[in-house]
Amino acid sequence: MTAERIPMESGPVTAMDSIQIDAAGLTTQQLNDLLRRAVADGLKKIELRNVCGQRYIGTDLDQPVEIDIYGTPGNDLGSFMDGPRIRVHGNAQDGCGNTMNQGEIVVYGHAGDITGLSARGGNIFVRDYVGYRAAIHMKEYQEQKPALVIGGTAQDFLGEYMAGGTVIVLGMELKPGEKHRARFIGTGMHGGAIYLRGEVEKYQLGKEVGVKELDDNDRAALGSLVGEFARHFSYEAEGLLQGKFIKLVPLYLRPYGRLYASG
Amino acid sequence: MTIGEIRKGNGDHLLRGVPEGLRPSGRIRPLSPFQGERGRGERSIEALNNPYNDDKVISACSLFGMMDVSGKVFSGKEIIRAIANMHVRSNGLGGGFAVYGLYPRYADYYAFHLMYMNKQARAETEDLLRENFHQVLAEEIPVNPCIAVSNAPGLFRYFLEPEPASLNGRPADDFVIEKVMQINTCIEGAFVFSSGKNMGVFKGAAYPEDIASYFRLEEYEGYLWTAHGRFPTNTPGWWGGAHPFNILDWTVVHNGEISSYGINRRYLEMFGYACALQTDTEVIAYAMDLLMRRHKLPMEAAVSVLAPAFWEEIERMPAAKQELHRALRTVYGSLLLNGPFTVIIARQGEMMGLTDRIRLRPLTAATRGDMFFLSSEESAIRLVCPELDRAWIPMGGEPVIARLGGTKVVAEGAVAAGRAAC
Repeated sequence: MTAERIPMESGPVTAMDSIQIDAAGLTTQQLNDLLRRAVADGLKKIELRNVCGQRYIGTDLDQPVEIDIYGTPGNDLGSFMDGPRIRVHGNAQDGCGNTMNQGEIVVYGHAGDITGLSARGGNIFVRDYVGYRAAIHMKEYQEQKPALVIGGTAQDFLGEYMAGGTVIVLGMELKPGEKHRARFIGTGMHGGAIYLRGEVEKYQLGKEVGVKELDDNDRAALGSLVGEFARHFSYEAEGLLQGKFIKLVPLYLRPYGRLYASG
Repeated sequence: MTIGEIRKGNGDHLLRGVPEGLRPSGRIRPLSPFQGERGRGERSIEALNNPYNDDKVISACSLFGMMDVSGKVFSGKEIIRAIANMHVRSNGLGGGFAVYGLYPRYADYYAFHLMYMNKQARAETEDLLRENFHQVLAEEIPVNPCIAVSNAPGLFRYFLEPEPASLNGRPADDFVIEKVMQINTCIEGAFVFSSGKNMGVFKGAAYPEDIASYFRLEEYEGYLWTAHGRFPTNTPGWWGGAHPFNILDWTVVHNGEISSYGINRRYLEMFGYACALQTDTEVIAYAMDLLMRRHKLPMEAAVSVLAPAFWEEIERMPAAKQELHRALRTVYGSLLLNGPFTVIIARQGEMMGLTDRIRLRPLTAATRGDMFFLSSEESAIRLVCPELDRAWIPMGGEPVIARLGGTKVVAEGAVAAGRAAC
C-alpha cells in the first residue's frame, strides 16, 4: 500500500495541525505510512490510539512533530528517527530508540531490552526501568550526543560496548540498603559516561570500566538532563540529584585491541 | 484398514459449549497423505524438509502462555489472537498450541496425538498400541479442511490405558515414554506429538493462527494454554518440528537456539529418551521429565540445572546454598542449556517462563486477577487483556512460575526497583 492511497479518515482531526489516528488493526507498514503522510501534510501533533505491537513507529521521520502513543508500541520504536518527540503512555518494548539520530522518546512506564541501542543523538527518558543491554553501543560525534535517563534501575549489561553518549540511572524506589541488581555494567565500554545513583558492588561492574567521582562538569551535565527528566514526570529535580552518584568511565579506548593480535 | 474403521466418533463429545448447529457434521475428509499411494520407503516429509539430517534447528520465534490459576477453563480464542499479534516473529513454517484441562471426560487416560506420514506408519502404530494398551477411544483429530495448510500428515488421537500385563510392575509413565520412543524411532513416518493426560498438543508447519483454525482450537477449552510461532532458520520446518514439544504432560515452547543440544541429547539417551524430532527444543521436555518426575527435583532446582548460576555467583552464596548449586552443576552439568533461549514450560497445574542467564531472548510476564500471562511481547498480552495488575520483565535465568490453587507467581524475578506499571 502506498502513502498516496491511504485515506486520512482514520480519526477525527481535532485541530488544524493535529490528528488522532486509531491504530487498531493497522499493520506496521500501514501505521508508518499514515505517519509519513501526516508529517508530509504539515501536521505537528499526532495522537496514536490503540497501538498494539506495531513496530518502527516514527522511523525515518525528520520533523520535530509530537507523537503521543496510547497502548503498547512494538519493537524498535523511533528507530532511525530524526527529530520527532514521542511520548509513550505505557511501556515500550525492545529496541526503543534504535539508532535514533535526533529527537526525544519519553516512556511513562518501563522499556524493554536494548533501549537506545546504537543511538547517535537525541534523548530517551524512561520513568521506571529498562531491560537488558540498555545503551548498547550508544555513540557520539561532535555535537551529536545521545542521552538515556532511567528513573528506576537497569537490568544486566547496561552500557555494553558503549562508545559515547550519557546514561543516567537514578535508582528511584530502591529501598534503603537495596542495591541495583544489574551485573556486567559497562562490559566492553570504550566511550561516554554512566552516572549511577544507588549502590553497586565492584563485581557488578564490567572489567572495562572504572569508578570516578563527579566533577563540576559532570554535575552540570547531570543537572540539566535530570531537570528535563523531572519535568517530564513531574518530579522535583532537587530530590533526584540528592544522594551519591558515581561516574563509570571506560578504562581503555580499545579494550579488546590486543585480544586477537599482539602489538 | 480404512480410516472409517477406527474412527468411532467425530470429536463432538470433546467440543464442550459449542452449539449443536455449529458442530461439524458428517465424515471428516481423508487427509492428503492417504490420498496418494505413498507407501513405506518413499519420500517422507521428514526427508524432504531436512535433507542433510542437521543436528539442530535454530529459531527465533513468538511465545505466549496464559493460565487461570483458579482452574477455570476458557476457549482458545484469546490466545489465538495474542499469538497472531506477533505474526511477524514467525514465518509460517511452524505453529502450535498446548492445552491443559482439555479432555476431562477421559482425564484418566493417556491421550496420544499421532502424526502419520504414510499409511503403513498408521497400521504399524495401531498394531503396537493394540498390543500394549486398552483403548477407550480412537479417532481422527477433527480439522477444518477449508484451511489451507500444506503437507498435513494424518492426524489421529487415542485415549489409552496401559495393559497391566504389559506394565510388568513398571510405573505407567515410564512404560508410556518407552512406547512413545519406540514409535518415534522405530516406525518410519509415525510421530507421537502429545502423550499426556487431560491435555493435548496441536501443531504443524504453518502460522500459529492457521494451525489454530485447522485444528478448530476455538472450540476447545482449557485452563492453561501455551502457543508458539516458529521462525526456523537452520532447516525447513516440518510438522513434527513445530512446537510445543511434549512428553507425558510436559510441554515446552522455545525461542532461541540450544547450542548444547548434542551434549544434552547424548546425556538423555542414557536414560532412555531418544530425540527423534530433529529440533533442539525436544531435549528440554525430556530433561524436565527426568529431573522432576524421575529424579523428583523441585521446579526451582530443575531450573538451576537448565540455567545455573555462574560459578562466580555461586562463590558469593551462603555455604549451604553453595553446596546445593555446586552439586546441581556437578551432577547435571550435561543438562545445562547453552545458547540463547526463552522457554515456557508447562505441565498439569503449572506454567513457568525462563530465559537464559544473560537473556538473549525476550520475555514479559503479567498478571490480572487470576490470570497469568507470559509473552515474547507485552503488546500481545495487552491485546487480550488491556488492563493488567502488573506487567514486568523478569531477570535472565530467574523463573516466573504460576501454579493452580491461587499461589500465582511464586518467583517473580523482578528487577530491583520495578514499579508496578499498568
